[in-house]
Amino acid sequence: MSGSAAVERAPSGAERVLAPIVLGVVVVAVWQLLAGSGLVEAYLLPSPAAIGDEIVAFAPSMLSAGALTGLNALIGLIVGSLVGIALALAASAARLVDGMLAPVVAALAVVPIVALAPVLNTAFGADAQTGRQLIAALAAFVPVFINTARGLRQTLPVHRDLMRACAATPGQAMRVITLRTAAPFTFTGIRLASSLAVISALVAEYFGGPRGGLGGLISTSAASSAYPRAWAYVVAAIILGLAFYLVALGLERLVSRRR
Amino acid sequence: MNTVITAPAGAIAAVTVTGVDKVFATRKGEVTALSGIDLHVAPGEFVSLIGPSGCGKSTLLRLIADLDAPTTGTVEVFGTSAHQARLDQRYGIAFQQAGLLPWRTVAGNIALPLELHGMGVAERAARVAELVALVGLGDFASTYPDQLSGGMQQRVAIARALAEKPALLLMDEPFGALDEMTREYMQSELLRIAAETGAAVVFVTHSIPEAVYLSDRVVVMSPRPGRIAGIVTMNLGRTADRADDLREDGAFFEMITAVREALHGSPVSRARGVETR
Ligand SMILES: Nc1ncnc2c1ncn2[C@@H]1O[C@H](COP(=O)(O)OP(=O)(O)O)[C@@H](O)[C@H]1O
Ligand SMILES: [Mg+2]
Repeated sequence: MSGSAAVERAPSGAERVLAPIVLGVVVVAVWQLLAGSGLVEAYLLPSPAAIGDEIVAFAPSMLSAGALTGLNALIGLIVGSLVGIALALAASAARLVDGMLAPVVAALAVVPIVALAPVLNTAFGADAQTGRQLIAALAAFVPVFINTARGLRQTLPVHRDLMRACAATPGQAMRVITLRTAAPFTFTGIRLASSLAVISALVAEYFGGPRGGLGGLISTSAASSAYPRAWAYVVAAIILGLAFYLVALGLERLVSRRR
Repeated sequence: MNTVITAPAGAIAAVTVTGVDKVFATRKGEVTALSGIDLHVAPGEFVSLIGPSGCGKSTLLRLIADLDAPTTGTVEVFGTSAHQARLDQRYGIAFQQAGLLPWRTVAGNIALPLELHGMGVAERAARVAELVALVGLGDFASTYPDQLSGGMQQRVAIARALAEKPALLLMDEPFGALDEMTREYMQSELLRIAAETGAAVVFVTHSIPEAVYLSDRVVVMSPRPGRIAGIVTMNLGRTADRADDLREDGAFFEMITAVREALHGSPVSRARGVETR
């Protein structure tokens, strides 16, 4: 495998980790030089150093804001995924249900979920997180439903024959073959849903409701012209989204290893 | 053709197929896959089904396994309906694609039928160890299927089929995807396993030498609609006593010729040198 080395060698683990880090350092360095040179106005592009200072200064607030937004996103992701899985199972069990759900999901998939934010925020009251969690759940629901529904159709005929030859009960066949075959697809859906849930929970905060989340703090910081601080909260939001994504990716890899 | 079965008198046949037709309703109309099939397989007997592709070999095997139902006629397995025999787990089956669960180890795959039927953990582990040894995969119990060669995967599938100690083994071209050398090795292994377990085997193949080497009798089928064109008894001694040197034996080649003639029709056309398809 390591034979024809120079021609088509897969990048090693170290290279795969190092390359983006090197690129990141270069980008930050150029950015710092650009911001320090006076060529670009500070409110347009605060320097990395200035943003870094704000991150240090507001670390406790960032942590609590990240926890608040993260919890909303997590609740939304879990609820949306569970509903998505349950409805996909119902759709695969009954063609009628499938026919009823398909247009609803198609509609949900094209409506920008955050467009519902003002409506839901008002509906659940100004001091509740429920509207935001619901928005995150709606966003998470779509990819989980679509991927799970697809996964439930992937069962191999030879596996179905095997279950019948073994006189397995429908419940056993479901557990041993159908669900296990669908699992990697479901987790792909959850991976896609993880980022959507964070983005939705975050953006939903722009439309009022209780303060204290990352989205709310980004918008108040920007409104009071505290640009480096706004960017610092943006960095925190990126880290939060990345954390969700990486955990979901890890789960997906774990389930998809053998398929 | 000689169809006398050397079964102990009064023993219940492993398989009895009587007057079976199978018609599939497809979008393009009806396809008659099998027509007027009568077949008996004695306990412990090794019977191969051979014929060109599309002649209904798999369909016949699936009827015996109760994976499909005949349109007319009856299929009995050990004196009960094929349906009851399946519920009672009287047979084990191996498919052309091994059909292993990729997320389970070798041991996990072999344990599957035992698990489904509620065998206890300790008893199951003991039986799996026995089966892993039987198919010669002792060192691979905790390996995943994607790390095994095609021949090894088929051996796992055979072990899984034997898990419940069935007296009937159904196999649909299990060695079809293997290279010639692995294939011959697997044939010898299969005869050893069949002798050790005493199981009757119904074996689908489209290889004449394979059918001859393995079988007590070879059932020759012809297509459109699938019928039994002839049944050739292999006068090659007990299957349990056969070894690789049989493949170079004159009697072996005679049997190959006999099966080929049954497949292609009359021996006359062959004598005249007429090309038969
Ligand atoms: N499920 C099915 N639906 C429709 N036609 C089928 C089905 N299974 C088999 N057939 C048809 O029945 C005939 C016999 O098929 P098969 O038993 O698979 O042949 P073989 O195994 O000998 O190659 C073929 O013409 C095939 O197209
Ligand atoms: Mg076939």
